[in-house]
Amino acid sequence: MMMLTGRALRTAATAAMLAGLGAPVMADELFYVSGAVGNAVENFKELVKPWEEATGHTVTLVPMPASTTDQFGQYRLWLAAGAADIDLYQTDVIWAPQLADHFVDLTEVAKDLAPTHFPSIIESQTVNGKLVALPIFTDAPALYYRTDLLEKYGKTPPKTWAELAETAKFIQDAERAEGQADLWGFVWQGNAYEGLTCNALEWVKSFGGGQIVEPDGTISVNNENAAAALEMAKSWVGTISPDGVLAYQEEEARGVWQTGNAVFMRNWPYAYGLGNGDDSAVKGKFGVTTLPVGKEGDTSAATLGGWNVAVSKYSTKQDAAISLALYLAGPEAQKQRAINESNLPTIISLYDDPDIAAAQPIIPQWKDVFLNAVPRPSAPTLGKYNEVSAKFWSAVHNTLSGNGSAAENLELLELELSDIKGSGW
Amino acid sequence: MTARKLIGNIAFYALVLVIVVFAVFPFYYAIVTSFSTGTQLFQVNYWPTSFSWANYESVLGGRNFLRSVWNSVFIATLTVSFALFLAVTASYALARVRFRGRGLLLMMILAVSMFPQIAVLAGLFELVRFLGIFNTPYAMIMSYVIFTLPFTVWVLTTFMRDLPVEIEEAAIVDGATPWVIITKVFLPLLWPALVTTGLLAFIGAWNEFLFALTFTSSETTRTVPVAIGLLSGASQQEIPWGPIMAASVIVTVPLIILVLIFQRKIVAGLTAGGVKG
Amino acid sequence: MASELSLSRQRQRAAFWFLAPMLAALFCVAAWPLIRTIWFSLTDTTLSDLYGGEWIGFDNYLSLRVLESGRWVWRGTLVDPAWWNAVWNTVRFAFVSVFFETILGLIVALVLNAEFKGRGFVRAAILIPWAIPTIVSAKMWAWMLNDQFGIINDILLGLGLIDQKIAWTASTDTAMTAVLIVDIWKTTPFMALLILAGLQMVPRDIYEAARLDGVNPVKVFFKITLPLIRPALAVAIIFRMLDALRIFDLVYVLTPNSAATKTMSVISRENMIDFDKFAYGAAQSTLLFAIIAVFVSLYIWLGKVDLSGEGQR
Repeated sequence: MMMLTGRALRTAATAAMLAGLGAPVMADELFYVSGAVGNAVENFKELVKPWEEATGHTVTLVPMPASTTDQFGQYRLWLAAGAADIDLYQTDVIWAPQLADHFVDLTEVAKDLAPTHFPSIIESQTVNGKLVALPIFTDAPALYYRTDLLEKYGKTPPKTWAELAETAKFIQDAERAEGQADLWGFVWQGNAYEGLTCNALEWVKSFGGGQIVEPDGTISVNNENAAAALEMAKSWVGTISPDGVLAYQEEEARGVWQTGNAVFMRNWPYAYGLGNGDDSAVKGKFGVTTLPVGKEGDTSAATLGGWNVAVSKYSTKQDAAISLALYLAGPEAQKQRAINESNLPTIISLYDDPDIAAAQPIIPQWKDVFLNAVPRPSAPTLGKYNEVSAKFWSAVHNTLSGNGSAAENLELLELELSDIKGSGW
Repeated sequence: MTARKLIGNIAFYALVLVIVVFAVFPFYYAIVTSFSTGTQLFQVNYWPTSFSWANYESVLGGRNFLRSVWNSVFIATLTVSFALFLAVTASYALARVRFRGRGLLLMMILAVSMFPQIAVLAGLFELVRFLGIFNTPYAMIMSYVIFTLPFTVWVLTTFMRDLPVEIEEAAIVDGATPWVIITKVFLPLLWPALVTTGLLAFIGAWNEFLFALTFTSSETTRTVPVAIGLLSGASQQEIPWGPIMAASVIVTVPLIILVLIFQRKIVAGLTAGGVKG
Repeated sequence: MASELSLSRQRQRAAFWFLAPMLAALFCVAAWPLIRTIWFSLTDTTLSDLYGGEWIGFDNYLSLRVLESGRWVWRGTLVDPAWWNAVWNTVRFAFVSVFFETILGLIVALVLNAEFKGRGFVRAAILIPWAIPTIVSAKMWAWMLNDQFGIINDILLGLGLIDQKIAWTASTDTAMTAVLIVDIWKTTPFMALLILAGLQMVPRDIYEAARLDGVNPVKVFFKITLPLIRPALAVAIIFRMLDALRIFDLVYVLTPNSAATKTMSVISRENMIDFDKFAYGAAQSTLLFAIIAVFVSLYIWLGKVDLSGEGQR
């Protein structure tokens, strides 16, 4: 045991010495971890250049995989390890309550900036009065439709899900008769992951089936409307949507869509810019609208997405990191993101900005989508959100793949959720 | 009779062909994919239709892939050297010296080689944190000992047991100490075995994923499997199949070359150890 | 006599010092972490606060709780359907994959044991799947099994074996098949090599004699070859079995989050890291360890493995 401790201390000392040698003296080098990469790496360099010039610090982007579930596990691990290698984290809108303990409180430093953002988003990032992260852009999905195909068959963008299924089926049958064997009516995200929670929440909510766990913490998911919504989605699989939709994440759906093989798609704003890219088969042939509703009179629901920036408590360069966080959440950076990457700003006034409207005419339109956004139940379920979401998407995935009826699965889900809830969230 | 034999021969070679195609095709297809870009990726091509190095350029030029390759080489090499160093002396003791509890000890070593990684993950994470080596190569080097060391000890013990007793006896008569016996007498005879076990342990360390995923946080410390696992696309929801395939080809080709060069020895090593490398 | 005794004592002392570093290393990286994991499983430790856990006994495994309504419920891993689902997945995976790997490995080994032109080339070719990192093979197959753009569906459609594209990794019916296909592809070579080694120890003249007697080759295989290679086969099967029981990376990369393929390793990692249930995950990994330990003891007992090596002299 003695030997063990001795070795441990020596190793720790060596590690500390090495770390000390690597640290720059004057300007800080910050590490920012984010799931958005690729083109975004180049864009990020552009984005932070003014800040780097103004402060003399530098930022390095650490890329992570796209899957939010995977990112979350890793971030939790690093924070638990007290890793000082990462100074800033780009966090999903749903993570704030689960990671709050590891981040610096930004309430004080952002007291001028925060009120310019949508209050609901700031609220989602506030845990027990502590502002955990600052929003950098928001996200809300919409219905993409093929203007050329709708025109050809004299259809209008659907208002209800039933209308969507009908139109999709009609066009799919007609086009297939003309030899388009690979054409599908509607593609979305049915893989068992966080994205399915988003999709299914939209169906359930727009059917008047609540939002899984209500803001006051009651479990509302086991109801007839929710069951009807899931049964409806199940009826799409194999008819207007390929069986494979049950494995689709955003990218698979976009793959089908962008090769011109789908009439409708549910996706996030990022697909808009890419769909108008030069190698896209649907360039200039599509439009977007709000997601359909259950029946006339219901309101459309789009899951609130979006990303935020948080400063790690374990960072040794917190002042520089906070300054960067403020810059990234500020109007200058948000405007640039909006123009270059069609990311939706979270600062209200930017929706009236003429430059943004000129570069990305879609963004002002998206304000409507965003205003209908529903949050996932991350606030009431606190640290247990991931488990709740995993149970929900499993129940939905089971229903969609024919493993039990919607009613049966929701009943089971209610039981499981109350088990997780225990005596309180 | 000859007709029957001919049919038999044809059937036999058909079977051989099926085996070879089944074994090689996925890798071939990865190569084909790695040379396609853009919308071409989303069409099925059995033959390479174009040669574009774009994916390779994006992998090698982009970010820290070469750094990851270097990390993997560094970690695997150090792990293997460490394991071999400890294993040579230990397996001498286990193979050549009679002492009580030897069977039990060997059994324990065998049992450790079958440890599920996940069972030690929580404890190792704590240890790594405590030692302050989180996110350094040493975290991996330390944790890989758990599967490389038992394996190398086991295989080397088997090899060493088969060395003729006479050599050792002659050395003992000359008054050689056990240390001299190992370094001067056995080591030269053991080279082939060391190369084999070293290579197998190297492949094991090179391919490891769970520990490397858990114990690294910055991009510059990632190993190759983690870098490939976490390779992400041009936008938030995009999966870059082209670059992933290019990266896969890059990291696999050296392994395949090594394996082809040493194939006979590997077969011998695998059989001696009966352990998956 | 006296000098010989001291010589053997000297050798034993040297043996101790030779073994000590290895044992210390194994203690640090295997025994100690395992003890800690078991300890964690008996506490309510969370990932964020590794030292703040309090002893809660076996509550993570099984406990009886009384709800406010007065209802009694069993909680803990041992009554968690998700855990039993994972156990079932793992066991099913292990048996099916090892079964097919053994059959296919046997066929490949028999082919390689025959004399024919290009044998070296074939042996080299079958080593390729084994050398490819698991994570890479998972990615490669994920791409090939992709439902819309994947080549597997294209081939099957072309051959008329299926009439619609199959969502291999997605559908709950085929997800396990997909994992099995990849695993079988990757590990059959290993199996084949182990069996081949056994086959090569069978003396050639036995076959020669059988051939001269005009015995049917199939009969030769079942009556002569199989009994002779049985020990080699048994060792290979058990090693593969133990390996299959702890499968993690293939499932984690190929079908993340699919309840149809979630194995014991995957579910305990999920609880430890993705969910806020570190100690619960530790309990599950302890159970996995226990299951494997049972298999190992069975192996040692059944196989009567000659551990000391003394029987060889």
